[in-house]
Amino acid sequence: MSQGDLLHVVTADDISEGRQRFGRGIVWGSAALLAAVAIAQTAQRLGYADLGFETWRPTLHAYILWAICLCWSQVLIRGEHGKRTLFVLPAALFVVSLTVFPLLFGLVIAFSNWNLSSPVGRQFNGLDNVRQMWNDPFYWNALRNMVWYSLAILVEYAIAFGLALLLNAEIRARKFFRVAFLLPLMLSPVAVSWMIGKSMLELRFGPIAGFARFLGWDNPSFFGSPEIARLTIMVLDAWTFIPFMMIMILAGLQAIPKELTEAAKVDGAGPWKTFWEITFPLMLPVSITAILIRIIFKLKLADIVINLTAGGPGGATDTVTSFIFREYRDRSNVGYGTLLAMVYLVIIIIVMTILMKLAERLARPRT
Amino acid sequence: MKEQIFRDSDGDASFRARRLAGRTVIYLLLIAWAIVCLFPIYWTVTTSFKIAPNVMKGALIPWVDYQPAWLGWRSLGLSPDTIGAESTVRSEFLKRFFNSAIAAVASSTIAVILGSLAAYGLSRFSYRFTFMKNADISFFFLSQLILPPVVLALPFLVLYKELALLDTQIGLILLYTLTVLPIVIWIMRDQFESIPTELEEAALVDGLSIWGAFFSVILPIALPGMVAAFILSLVLTWNEYFFAALLTSTHANTLPVMVASQTGSQGINWWAMAALSFAAILPLIVIGVLLERYLIKGMTAGAVK
Repeated sequence: MSQGDLLHVVTADDISEGRQRFGRGIVWGSAALLAAVAIAQTAQRLGYADLGFETWRPTLHAYILWAICLCWSQVLIRGEHGKRTLFVLPAALFVVSLTVFPLLFGLVIAFSNWNLSSPVGRQFNGLDNVRQMWNDPFYWNALRNMVWYSLAILVEYAIAFGLALLLNAEIRARKFFRVAFLLPLMLSPVAVSWMIGKSMLELRFGPIAGFARFLGWDNPSFFGSPEIARLTIMVLDAWTFIPFMMIMILAGLQAIPKELTEAAKVDGAGPWKTFWEITFPLMLPVSITAILIRIIFKLKLADIVINLTAGGPGGATDTVTSFIFREYRDRSNVGYGTLLAMVYLVIIIIVMTILMKLAERLARPRT
Repeated sequence: MKEQIFRDSDGDASFRARRLAGRTVIYLLLIAWAIVCLFPIYWTVTTSFKIAPNVMKGALIPWVDYQPAWLGWRSLGLSPDTIGAESTVRSEFLKRFFNSAIAAVASSTIAVILGSLAAYGLSRFSYRFTFMKNADISFFFLSQLILPPVVLALPFLVLYKELALLDTQIGLILLYTLTVLPIVIWIMRDQFESIPTELEEAALVDGLSIWGAFFSVILPIALPGMVAAFILSLVLTWNEYFFAALLTSTHANTLPVMVASQTGSQGINWWAMAALSFAAILPLIVIGVLLERYLIKGMTAGAVK
């Protein structure tokens, strides 16, 4: 983004000394209050004094007060510029306080042995969790599964592109098909895993199982063998999320000027050639965005697995999220689970950075 | 019968045949995928009106294969004969339903407000916060999308326990807002960037303040995008299961958690399950059918960039 405001505003700000002093006063005052409350609560937690706090709520309230004062003071001190800051500041404060602090806190938890149901509380245990993770075949298995699940996105992308092309063709009842194709996105994965995964795939009476039998698969058990179970989860997840990619691609298709494809037709290119030479290259940036966002969503996949297979058979369908969820449910050990999640985050950041760099190179228009 | 004088040449006739074949294939594919999309919903609706033998038979078409009954809805207390009577299941269901509704609507609203403001600011002014410029701030917001929920889940569990926010509406709303905020910013930033700055300049010349120009000039134009962002947030938050399962137990439980916990001791009551599932997905189906065009319109600006 180029520097310098896109919107040029000239204002004569005439801010009195007193107003500025008041602005600074409320920020530092509320900050001091926050510090005082936090110190008092820490003192009680460490056992120096009993001040009658039951939870950390007072600190939270003091923090909210400080955040409000900070926003207000921006306008008080900096006038018109402060009002501009006010557009971004609330969102920034919100995100920072809800991610940065928990993440730092998570780092502390990750290197400790902390069973929430035991009275001992948190104990620092150094690299024990790392060692445990290194020797945990199920975690590595879950990571491997995530690679498989992510590869399925290529197929999803092809289907979504095909559907978008169909919807973009000259058809009747376009509105009906668009709504129908969009509906799976609206459905809750939990309800989907119940109604499709448990009911429609049910061996005895499920219609899909019946259909599979009709096609000549004698014993259609969709969760029996590891490969088929993984494939079933992939299909279910694809079913709910293909519409998402489809809308993005459809939106991109509608933005392509009609003249381009018509010119290609005039020049004698067939539909097949027009697609590969005109449509597909033009759609590359949209496609890359759609795939990247889909990967991000896929990495969070858990609901269907938790409800349908609980990772089985033998961990074949486990995702990292569902594995950590069970790890916490079964042992209520937050320390180990947090470490696994942190390692996962680091892996995701590395992989996504590489992918984004590659995508940038790919999307750059060829000259 | 007179002989036809003007007729298509052979080349044209074969072209028309090819075109007809192409049309047929397109419509066949469209209908096939429409069945793939709609059949599960149809199955859910019909199953909620079945009784045990019908389910076991795998009956498909009501009135032909089986006689519809209110069994599934009665178990939820929502059938015609039980709707007037007291029902603990129904009050439980309604409580979960409203928990879900409050959490989803509140967090989506907050996210759209905070996100639109931030996106507007980022698309119009240049900020400098120590080393971070506009592009960095944008990236900071969007990078939250990468953060998997599982990373935040356990720290939040502990934090909420300390803050007495576990199993409360506010706790869920805060987290949900956080998870959908990057998506809102992503959609809205492109929306605002597609609006020319001359509009505000004219408004500013007319004596409005920046915030006045934002509210009275820009906001109405960006409304379709905001609706799209709101729907998408609503879909994600209404269906959210992972955080709800971890962070709520009795008071703030949402509908997906209730759906997920319906494994009865004596097998599964398919009809009750179907009724419950359908009740859980119905609000979003209605929203999807009514507001679908906004979603596509809003994503258009987002996708073309």
